[in-house]
Amino acid sequence: MSKPKLALYWAASCGGCEIAVLDVEEKILDVAGFFDIVFWPCAMDFKYKDVEAMADGSIDLCLFNGAIRNSENEALAHLLRKKSKVLAAFGSCAMDGCIPGLANLSTREEIFQTVYHQTPSTLNPEAIRPLPRVAVPEGELDIPTFYESVRTLGQVIPVDYFIPGCPPQPPQILAVLSAIMQGAQLPPAGSVLGAGEKTCCEECGRTRNEKRLKRFYRPWEIEPKVDECLLDQGIVCMGPATRSGCGALCVKANMPCRGCYGAAPNVADQGVKMVSAIASVIDAQDPAEINSILDQIADPAGTFYRFSLPSSILYRKQAEVV
Amino acid sequence: MEQTRFEPRIVGFLCNWCSYTGADLAGTSRIKSPPNIRSIRVMCSGRVDPSFVLRALQLGADGVLIMGCHPGDCHYQEGNFKALRRMLLLKRILQQFGVSERRLRLDWVSAAEGDKFAQVCTEFTEEVRALGPLHLETSLLPQAQEAGLEAQEAAL
Amino acid sequence: MRKIVIDPVTRLEGHGKIAIYLNDEGDVANCYFQIPELRGFERFCVGRPVEEMPRITTRICGVCPEAHHMAAAKACDAVYHVEPPAAARKLRELLYSAFYVGDHTLHFYALGGPDFVVGPDAPPAERNILGVIGKVGLEAGKKVIELRKRAQHVVSLIGGKAIHPVTSLPGGIAKGLTAEERGQIIEHTKYFVEFAKFTLGVVDAVVLKNPAYVDMILSDTFTQRVYSMGTVDANNKVNFYDGMIRVVDPEGQEFVKFHAKDYLNVLAEHVEPWTYLKFPFLKQVGWKGFVDGKESGVYRATPLARLNAADGMATPLAQEQYERMYATLGGKPAHYTLATHWARVIELMYAAERAAELAQDEEILSTKIRTIPTATPTEGVGCVEAPRGTLYHHYTTDERGILQRVNLIVGTTNNYAPISLSIRKAAFGLIKRGSEITDGVLNRIEMAFRAFDPCFGCATHSLPGEMPLEVQVFDSGGKLLTSRKRA
Repeated sequence: MSKPKLALYWAASCGGCEIAVLDVEEKILDVAGFFDIVFWPCAMDFKYKDVEAMADGSIDLCLFNGAIRNSENEALAHLLRKKSKVLAAFGSCAMDGCIPGLANLSTREEIFQTVYHQTPSTLNPEAIRPLPRVAVPEGELDIPTFYESVRTLGQVIPVDYFIPGCPPQPPQILAVLSAIMQGAQLPPAGSVLGAGEKTCCEECGRTRNEKRLKRFYRPWEIEPKVDECLLDQGIVCMGPATRSGCGALCVKANMPCRGCYGAAPNVADQGVKMVSAIASVIDAQDPAEINSILDQIADPAGTFYRFSLPSSILYRKQAEVV
Repeated sequence: MEQTRFEPRIVGFLCNWCSYTGADLAGTSRIKSPPNIRSIRVMCSGRVDPSFVLRALQLGADGVLIMGCHPGDCHYQEGNFKALRRMLLLKRILQQFGVSERRLRLDWVSAAEGDKFAQVCTEFTEEVRALGPLHLETSLLPQAQEAGLEAQEAAL
Repeated sequence: MRKIVIDPVTRLEGHGKIAIYLNDEGDVANCYFQIPELRGFERFCVGRPVEEMPRITTRICGVCPEAHHMAAAKACDAVYHVEPPAAARKLRELLYSAFYVGDHTLHFYALGGPDFVVGPDAPPAERNILGVIGKVGLEAGKKVIELRKRAQHVVSLIGGKAIHPVTSLPGGIAKGLTAEERGQIIEHTKYFVEFAKFTLGVVDAVVLKNPAYVDMILSDTFTQRVYSMGTVDANNKVNFYDGMIRVVDPEGQEFVKFHAKDYLNVLAEHVEPWTYLKFPFLKQVGWKGFVDGKESGVYRATPLARLNAADGMATPLAQEQYERMYATLGGKPAHYTLATHWARVIELMYAAERAAELAQDEEILSTKIRTIPTATPTEGVGCVEAPRGTLYHHYTTDERGILQRVNLIVGTTNNYAPISLSIRKAAFGLIKRGSEITDGVLNRIEMAFRAFDPCFGCATHSLPGEMPLEVQVFDSGGKLLTSRKRA
């Protein structure tokens, strides 16, 4: 009997999800023994043409990481959807947009202007910039089209499961793969796998008190106490708006959560959830005082939506001049 | 041909105890108030989750108006202060997203203030009219991506 | 003209492709190495608080997030005009050394090593970690897994998370070490040193004692005479974490030595329309195109380049190997691309010894690990040696520390031009009129590229690791004449 087929693909990503899979350490041998890995461009010989030649639905499980940034990413999303029985958005980029998603607070033109014309080390007197098709003396060269916005995988194709995290933590990856390898019944399509059903605060372990904040601190401004809630101490921590499952690793290392496991369960928009959370803990009623406290929060949009901008309600910066 | 004047679509969240009653008063007193406000009654201005504001904008609203009880008069003690803090922070987020924070207004209208209700609605409608339509809902459509493609091809 | 497209080239972060044009005689007319990816960090980091950069820029690369974390941390210190306490500096460097041990191991055994250990003409099914294990034994495979586990553990103890560490702040580090954690780290560093010795033994037994491999390393096809860049300490010894950056010319003469903050006097980036990645070059020499030599501003920033640019290694076992390598290669500087694999293992030895030194230093148990910044933030440059090349982070902020401008020159990017040159040279040398395009030809083109350890090495413990290559030959009308795929 042939082994179930597994594919792993990376779109606009950093490679951290690949390393996370390998950080299951010696268990990777069990995984490789159970599955027939039919496509994994970072490690194996199979080409796009090989995937095209596969029968539709013949890949039993595809773990797709990375956001949809350009036309090649999108093409592979459609191709792998067609060829896969079960396709999971693996990691924060595929699920929510993650760090590349911060580009949605810019435009393609602004990005190109910065990268190819404005950075101080760029020497480009002829104002050259990359183009999808270029004539060279010998013929024509092409590269993928860079889209205006970053999108999540679920915004371009139907996705069966979502595995959050930047990256998904290896013990969670192992739990998901082991369940599949043991033939466990998978939850309904659209479910989140490899994560908890609460917020990061559940896994944190620091003592929490009633919060009445008169000011906020940037992380470098103070040395916070190690056993008290960071938000209690005035440091913005995304824990209250973030799904559990990572083990609260950052907070245990005395750094505030930044929300890489995505929105808490039943929350559509992680950023405005944090708006509510922060608003609840400010101890002021006068608008002027409230505003001066809010002035101490640096970059609310980029902090509350650090990992989830493309999957948010507003999705990207609008063109309105403000 | 006469140019059609832009009629802003505004979603209004009115709290049950004060501003919704104030709106009723404006109505029964026959005080003129622009029809642009689509009213939704909530028990308290503190019920308005920031995501409601964003959803309204996403679904086609050009502005969102929230009205609650005056500070100190909230039926639930502090609900209106929660609303105030939330909306002040949300305005900053809107600015970062390139949406004018002037499209979101929080104001206090009591049950007895039919005039004030009409006045706030009129002011806000004109403010949003001056800002123009928002067209947020189109940004998610594939056409926007294609427009990006065309622009890139055109640069060739 | 016929076009041969190799797409995608793999074991590169993201994607890459190679287009080879053949003229009517069947010789290579030109060869283009294209990078089809861009994400735009230099733009979308603007508006972010600068202290978030050690956590944002790690997402440039999930294989070497530690490199970006440290460059960002140092840039943050510079922006806030603050010195971390000595203990914080040592903790950061200890994390960094452990990371180097893990990362260089990954590349040698799973990515570059197979070419070197198993050989370029071995069947594709053997040119991977399994082939390496076959050659050096199953115990070696287990050692590699164990080594990575330990290296990741050190990173997570100091950095909070193994992938995408989080603890560096302007002025220090958020978490210190307990005595127990430090004890675990000491044990790990002992393993690192033994493992590094073992790996040097592999290089010796399997590669250096094989005359055919030595010939290949020394061959002209894989030689490129360009400038070499690397960071050196006060004694001009290789240092990964801090020092001045030194560039030597193709003859080994010091060309320039500079502080990170002065990098704009030395480096510039060239743009081509057929790729998203820019080409850094030495400004004072100038961009002369894809050529090597003293008159061309192309330079390498690789383990071999670092050893070329330095006067030696700061630890004894690594120094021994450094001397041995240059004696074998016929002196300094060495321009043999394939010798980069050997240089990488020498660096592995140094990183292991350095980690052991730092772990033994009592100061790393200090609780004084933060200096609170008091100055107004302005601008700063942080630079470290990423495993794949010198890494520069340059930030400018407003008075609140919100980023206004970001410039990044990333490890592998330094090498984009020399990688292109290497591929071209291999293609020119190996594809000749009428010659059959065999697996061996494809391998050698790959080898020219893979020695640079292009940003991503995916450690596979049991997966076949040949790079997918498909060569298609089209006539000038675009009709497919023949195609060959690596099995």
